[in-house]
Amino acid sequence: MSSSVLYDAPGPKARVRNRFFSVAGSLLVVSLVVFVVYRLADQGHFAPEMWDIFNNAGVRANIRDGILSTLQVFAVAAVLSLVLGVLLAVARLSEHRAVSALATGFIELFRAVPLLITIYAMWVLFLTYKENLGFIGESSAYWALVIGLTIYNACVQAEVLRAGVNAVPKGQVEAAYALGLRKSQVMTMLLLPQAVRSMLPTIISQLVVTLKDTSLGYIITYAELLYAARTMANNIIVNDDNPYVPVVIVVGAVYVAMCLALSSLATWIEKRGRRAKTGITPAAAAEPLEAPGVLDAGGGPLGPHVEGEAGGAEGPGGKKN
Amino acid sequence: MKLRKTAAVAIAVLALTATACGGESGTAGDKPKDPAGGKEAPKLPTYTVAKDVKLDSPVLKKAQQAGKIVFGAKNDQPYLGFEDTDGKRSGFDIEIAKMVAADLGFSPDQITFKTVDSGVRETTISKGDVDLYVGTYTINDERKKQVGFAGPYFMAGADLLVRKDDSSITGPDSLKGKKVCSIVGSTPLQEIKKPKYGAKAIELSKYSECVQQLINNEVDAVTTDDAILKGYAAQRPTKLKVVGKPFTKEPYGIGMSKDDKVLREAVTKAVEAHIKNGDYKKAYDATLGLSGSPFTEPPALERY
Amino acid sequence: MNVLLDHLPEFRDGFIGTVLLTAASALLAMVLGVVMAGFRVSPVPPLRFFGAAWVTLFRNTPLTLLFLVAWFVVPAVFGTGMNPWTKALLALGFYTSAFVCEAVRSGVSTVPLGQAEAARSLGMTFSQTLRLIVLPQATRTVVPPLSSIFIALTKNSAIAGAFSVTELFGVQKLLSDKGFAIAPIFLWVALAYLVITFSISGLFRLLERRLEVAR
Repeated sequence: MSSSVLYDAPGPKARVRNRFFSVAGSLLVVSLVVFVVYRLADQGHFAPEMWDIFNNAGVRANIRDGILSTLQVFAVAAVLSLVLGVLLAVARLSEHRAVSALATGFIELFRAVPLLITIYAMWVLFLTYKENLGFIGESSAYWALVIGLTIYNACVQAEVLRAGVNAVPKGQVEAAYALGLRKSQVMTMLLLPQAVRSMLPTIISQLVVTLKDTSLGYIITYAELLYAARTMANNIIVNDDNPYVPVVIVVGAVYVAMCLALSSLATWIEKRGRRAKTGITPAAAAEPLEAPGVLDAGGGPLGPHVEGEAGGAEGPGGKKN
Repeated sequence: MKLRKTAAVAIAVLALTATACGGESGTAGDKPKDPAGGKEAPKLPTYTVAKDVKLDSPVLKKAQQAGKIVFGAKNDQPYLGFEDTDGKRSGFDIEIAKMVAADLGFSPDQITFKTVDSGVRETTISKGDVDLYVGTYTINDERKKQVGFAGPYFMAGADLLVRKDDSSITGPDSLKGKKVCSIVGSTPLQEIKKPKYGAKAIELSKYSECVQQLINNEVDAVTTDDAILKGYAAQRPTKLKVVGKPFTKEPYGIGMSKDDKVLREAVTKAVEAHIKNGDYKKAYDATLGLSGSPFTEPPALERY
Repeated sequence: MNVLLDHLPEFRDGFIGTVLLTAASALLAMVLGVVMAGFRVSPVPPLRFFGAAWVTLFRNTPLTLLFLVAWFVVPAVFGTGMNPWTKALLALGFYTSAFVCEAVRSGVSTVPLGQAEAARSLGMTFSQTLRLIVLPQATRTVVPPLSSIFIALTKNSAIAGAFSVTELFGVQKLLSDKGFAIAPIFLWVALAYLVITFSISGLFRLLERRLEVAR
């Protein structure tokens, strides 16, 4: 617990004060929650009929289908974005000026544009050329969402990986060249594995973002979880009112659960990495989910930022060595 | 340690939701109330499916090859285009779609309905994501530049939906300073935005969300076509009412590709035939009629 | 080209809308985020718990869902009368505050332990240590990630376009629904976002350099 450094073990006076704050704080939090619940209940949002809708087979099927299509989009987009991310990172680090410039331009453009806009533009693009691309039925919306998510997240992942590669000590690369390894070998055998390793927590945090962003499919009426929830909340009528509050609570809980499951995977992998004594400490080991910056945005659109990011992420781990 | 616990909880919740199939079947929530008061509700007509339809229409040929026809529709407008929790669609627009499809040689189970919200209608139709579109789609010149219309098959007019206890709004002229909700790109909204009304416009992506805002006292009125509004009022008779003073004319058309003149003529013919043989009225009585609006003769079809 | 020239007023309104909404939400997120970070390292357990719950909740919920909450749940609880802009501000500000909180907290943990220990042995209280010693130094580490968070915020503000707030994404939809080709609109809107995000990162780099001098 890093916070323990910030204050002394409390003495008698401080303990009384802390206890006072504890009680006051808890009271405040509890009363806030009670107030919210009371107000909602007062307007009939907790009436048993409202919640009874979740006993309905159709509603359950809708939620299940929503979760499945969300996970499906997420799975495909996650894999594709990681693959494309590696390619982009390698391209940006390439010594061929043209390749590097091209990758840089691509990354900067799509990272600066809101994902919503990319998805919408992809969708219109796919609809325009759907004959040539061979899309039928729902698939143009599906692929627009997948490709939009892929492009955006690949750009972010590429920058994360690049920061990881830059953080590998120069001496290692020099040693590798001295041993006669080729450029491609240095990249695949030395730089990338270490970059992936040290940046794993950040990469997975970005995957959580990918998962959440599948909800942007509403803009092109792709029926993922949130869209299904909105349709249900709009179309079901109970007591002359819509069950907005129950649906939001349930769907919100499902999203939080999915994201927590994914980020606890990050913690688990990161712990495993620490256990294996192969000589490299995962950089952001100290506070996995906090590798700053890349949590959501992935970093500024400019190069120097990424170095800053790497520095930030390296901070705690670096000092230990 | 803590995280592992949360993970376990998370997985448990996920598993619960994922495996939660069972449950009662049927539609969630109240059944729409029967205004006939105990009398048997009018039955939906069935339509004879035409055989061997041969038309020189690229859209139709593609649909025949695929063995199904794709209709764009709304899913949140009771009695017009509505989808219940079991995925069953119902409403007047849906019936129109079935009529047209029958005359084009497609049985009801060869129709694929696809939810298309107002904001993306032109894009979906002009890019061919749907073959035909039935969703309270007003014919106007601006839209004719992008899509073709068959019809009009119904004449609606913009009206106002207000809370039951609100007597201050009697028509569009009493909207000064009131908040009026409608959806992005809809025609009544363009009208209400004119400075002479002095109303504050709120734009959302679905009418049903506007209705929710109205119930929550967040807006004072919802404006769109009376047919749509009457459906919402009929769903929530204790909370909402329609003012009943239409202030525009909204002829509904069936949207399709702009260039497919042959299809446009065929669809117009289909609508005409079903108006003549009485299917149209039967369909109306079994859908829109239930929301309390009496049958009116359909407007004259327009060929261009 | 013509799309831009013919619809300059729409583009301008959208641009200003995005900038204003981003700036206001950034401010709200900063205040809430720093307070929550303070909670998370405080000696009072309920506050720590509250901070943690806050971050977990807002970081793992899709922003669109928060918008729905702001539109359909918040009015039921806190009464009506908020305009769309305020609702968008709340959703964006609360969402982003979770990320700000985590950035600040990890910034706090990069300040060398000795500093806090020294402050403590000088007899400083928790709040003094935090205010006078730790936070000023944490600022330096926190600046780069904050820059990325605010850039993300700029882009996230696009969601507000679907909820009756005038901003750039609304412009794209409006014009594309009017039948203009998507490619030029996309490029112009993208360019406008690039201008905003580049200014943010430029501003923050300037800030970084200033702080570096102060060391």
